[in-house]
Amino acid sequence: MLAYIIRRLLIAVPVLLGVTIINFIVINLAPGSPVEMMIDPNTPPADIEAKKDALGLNDPLYLQYIHWLVDVFKGNFGFSLTTYQPVAQMIGERIGPTVTLMGLSFIVGLAIAVPLGIISATRQNSKLDYLATGGSFLGISIPNFFLALGLIYVFSLELKLLPSGGMITLGGDGGFVDRLKHLILPVLVLGTGIAGKKIRYVRSSVIDILGQDYLRTARAKGVREFMVVNKHALRNALIPIVTVIGLEVPILLGGAVVTEQIFSWPGIGQLTMGSIMNRDYPTLMALNLLAAFMVLAANLLTDIIYSVADPRIKYK
Amino acid sequence: MEHLLTVNRLQTAFRTDQGEVISIDDVSFRLKAGETLGIVGESGCGKSVTSLSIMRLLGAKGRISRGEIIFEDKSLGKLTEAQMRDIRGNDISMIFQEPMTSLNPVFTIGHQMIEAIRLHMSLDKKAARAYAIEMLKRVGIPRPEVMVDEYPHALSGGMRQRVMIAMALSCEPRLLIADEPTTALDVTIQAQILELMKKLKQESGTAIMLITHDLGVIAEMADKVIVMYAGQVVEETDVFTLFDEPKHPYTQGLMQSIPHIDAEHGERLASIPGSVPSLQNMPAGCRFRARCPHAMEKCEAELPPLIPAGKNHLTRCWLAVQPASMAKEAAYG
Amino acid sequence: MVNQELAGRQPLLQIEQLKTYYPIRKGVISRTASHVKAVDGVNLAIYPGETVGLVGESGCGKSTIGRTIVRLEEPTEGRILFRGDDIAHYGSKAMKQVRSDMQMIFQDPYSSLNPRKRISDILAEPLLVHGILPKEQVAGEVEKLLEIVGLPKSYKNRYPHEFSGGQRQRIGIARALSLKPKLIVCDEPVSALDVSIQAQVLNLLKDLQKEFQLTYLFIGHGLGAVRYISDRIAVMYLGKVVEIATTESIFRQPKHPYTRALLSAYPVPNPHLRTKERIVIQGDVPSPANPPSGCRFHTRCPLAMAICREQEPELKGAQHSVACFASEA
Repeated sequence: MLAYIIRRLLIAVPVLLGVTIINFIVINLAPGSPVEMMIDPNTPPADIEAKKDALGLNDPLYLQYIHWLVDVFKGNFGFSLTTYQPVAQMIGERIGPTVTLMGLSFIVGLAIAVPLGIISATRQNSKLDYLATGGSFLGISIPNFFLALGLIYVFSLELKLLPSGGMITLGGDGGFVDRLKHLILPVLVLGTGIAGKKIRYVRSSVIDILGQDYLRTARAKGVREFMVVNKHALRNALIPIVTVIGLEVPILLGGAVVTEQIFSWPGIGQLTMGSIMNRDYPTLMALNLLAAFMVLAANLLTDIIYSVADPRIKYK
Repeated sequence: MEHLLTVNRLQTAFRTDQGEVISIDDVSFRLKAGETLGIVGESGCGKSVTSLSIMRLLGAKGRISRGEIIFEDKSLGKLTEAQMRDIRGNDISMIFQEPMTSLNPVFTIGHQMIEAIRLHMSLDKKAARAYAIEMLKRVGIPRPEVMVDEYPHALSGGMRQRVMIAMALSCEPRLLIADEPTTALDVTIQAQILELMKKLKQESGTAIMLITHDLGVIAEMADKVIVMYAGQVVEETDVFTLFDEPKHPYTQGLMQSIPHIDAEHGERLASIPGSVPSLQNMPAGCRFRARCPHAMEKCEAELPPLIPAGKNHLTRCWLAVQPASMAKEAAYG
Repeated sequence: MVNQELAGRQPLLQIEQLKTYYPIRKGVISRTASHVKAVDGVNLAIYPGETVGLVGESGCGKSTIGRTIVRLEEPTEGRILFRGDDIAHYGSKAMKQVRSDMQMIFQDPYSSLNPRKRISDILAEPLLVHGILPKEQVAGEVEKLLEIVGLPKSYKNRYPHEFSGGQRQRIGIARALSLKPKLIVCDEPVSALDVSIQAQVLNLLKDLQKEFQLTYLFIGHGLGAVRYISDRIAVMYLGKVVEIATTESIFRQPKHPYTRALLSAYPVPNPHLRTKERIVIQGDVPSPANPPSGCRFHTRCPLAMAICREQEPELKGAQHSVACFASEA
């Protein structure tokens, strides 16, 4: 197992390097430059060139990449071209809110999806099943931005119950209740999407397991049906569910871009959006590196959890 | 109480997309305490459905549509689900064909055994574990105190079937239903399991309902045999009579189509032409008619009942009707 | 077929010191740590027109031999002589030539038939791929093939799922026959079938052998079926052939203790023989990744001696070969 983890970590290094190189090339191929984004269009071209020289943007690409890499190893991930802050610090400030938002959304989504999926699997083709699968369809097909705007309209504008954006009320106490109120709408939006996808996954995974011989064995022992489903079947059904959830963690970081933007949530998604707009190369590179790292880490973690959940799997 | 189990004109039906389909029909037999009843037949003949009907484990789509099952003095069809759970694994337990898939892969063997033991016996966890180890020892699992903490995947098919047997016998059931217990095993492992079942039966006096397609296993184990074809019992008698004087043409065909390992070399194997009719279009009259060398007009017109063909010998075939009684029937016809 | 007759003839297929290993990978760089020795040094000759039965329990390597012969598995070592040519390392092009003379029938006919194709297409495919017949004659040939295996011509437009297990196996046989092969490797062709259907398929295989002068390697675990169809039988244990002789000798005078145990374990369909002393060998088959030293059967053998642990017995004897020190003594 340890040898397996070490091997996976060693493989990760060249993969991450490769990803950053490709990103670097793609970003530099994109039209526009950070200098053009930040200054008055009437600035004389000579001044722009001078600014580019100062920022090192006129160096050969490979040199720019190496400079960036050196910054990575220094731990500051370079300096933002718009705020001049170290990129590491900027990401550090925003990762907390994103993790809170995503973590809660995940929990809410699964809390809806797992029981509904099980009920819908054990009562196939019943009204409850149709209701759950119908609901899941809605959850998948309503776009996040649409649901978000709808919720803001109802709860913030009309009912005035919940804030329409931000993480804390400006000038407020910033206490727990206040933060929670700000979380409700974005979590609801993201949670609905997650639940929608997962209900059908849990359902089919449980249906798969319900046909297994060992459940018949459990019933033949005199185990009650509730335990047959929620102990014997669920424990097995969770194995593939854990895998899919694990693999989706990094995707959700991306999925939060739109939602964070709408709710002006000060997280990674908003930062990503901003740095794309401003062609903030160092920040974009760092965010890409973070995303790639998350994908690899989630993969490895999923495999490890998988081997813990399923005694048949042993990595060598 | 003479019989441990009486199955009386049992009919079981399953809901399908094309409406309800009758899977077994008019199945009757009786089993005494300590007896081994063999149920033999080919795939789809209803032998497994018969056993699942007794356990009332037919799932949401199946139901017993007619007849009754009397176990000891209880009519199993009339019990509540909770009462039935008390019987499962306790008075009647079951082992299955596929030892590889019959144990839950994510729980240890000990966990699964202890679960069964504690459901029906008032033992605390520690005592139940000690008892589970004791049972594993009885069925010949080496190093039972270590194996009890193993997951099923660490065991071979033969060992898993031993675990299934240990689990099934742990609450000292009055009846053990063994559904093709050795079909998935290699022949030397099959021999081990059959020996084990014989030994345990002698020790405990448990009655066994042994379901198999293998006439060799039947000859080896059973006291009494019923032969099933297309959802019905077609012959019932003791094991010696069955092999010496099979009466139903299907049983005869089955006997002749086994390639014996002690047969003369070079002789041609007899085979039954055609194949089993499907449940959806079961023919009227005798269900074996289309494949039977002796089919008569009467076979098409009327389904034969189980007709006495000797002492303790029943067969579902018009040929068994004595000429005299046939004449009588014609006269009254 | 008697051995004396065979002596003067060239074998159709001869395998020499055949080994098929599967690697087990381990450690940080996935180096090959050891091997599962599925087939570990097997010699076997099959003569034209005969049926050689290959028996043994699961994991003994009998199916791997069959699959290696038709090159569905890569041999690790050894030679596979088909009509005198070593095909062990033929490339796919050269193999295509050989394949029309060498076909395989599988245990589960259902999973080996494409569910989306009609029977006529399934049977026509090998004919077209190998360019055996001009296109306009293929349809007629398909009908002829169905007739040969005892299915009505009208079935040609049906799909595999519309057939019963026995009928599907007939289609599998028809497909194997379409290229008019010399050798057919039958990998447990009746194991998945009901007894009464088994008999139909076994009889069909026998009839076809007579009609088309086929040679069979019949792999099976049901001793009754193997006995019925085979002229000679090879018994395998853990990747090795431990005994090989005519069917008659194997059943009348089994020499290897494993063969004896195998025959004794087979439940005889006769309740009057119930009381016979049976040899029940204890334990499971050891893992082929780590086979026992010396004679591989010694861990379960009732006759094991000191030498069996140290040395590997060779297959000895011209007519009735057996690999056992106890039977030499």
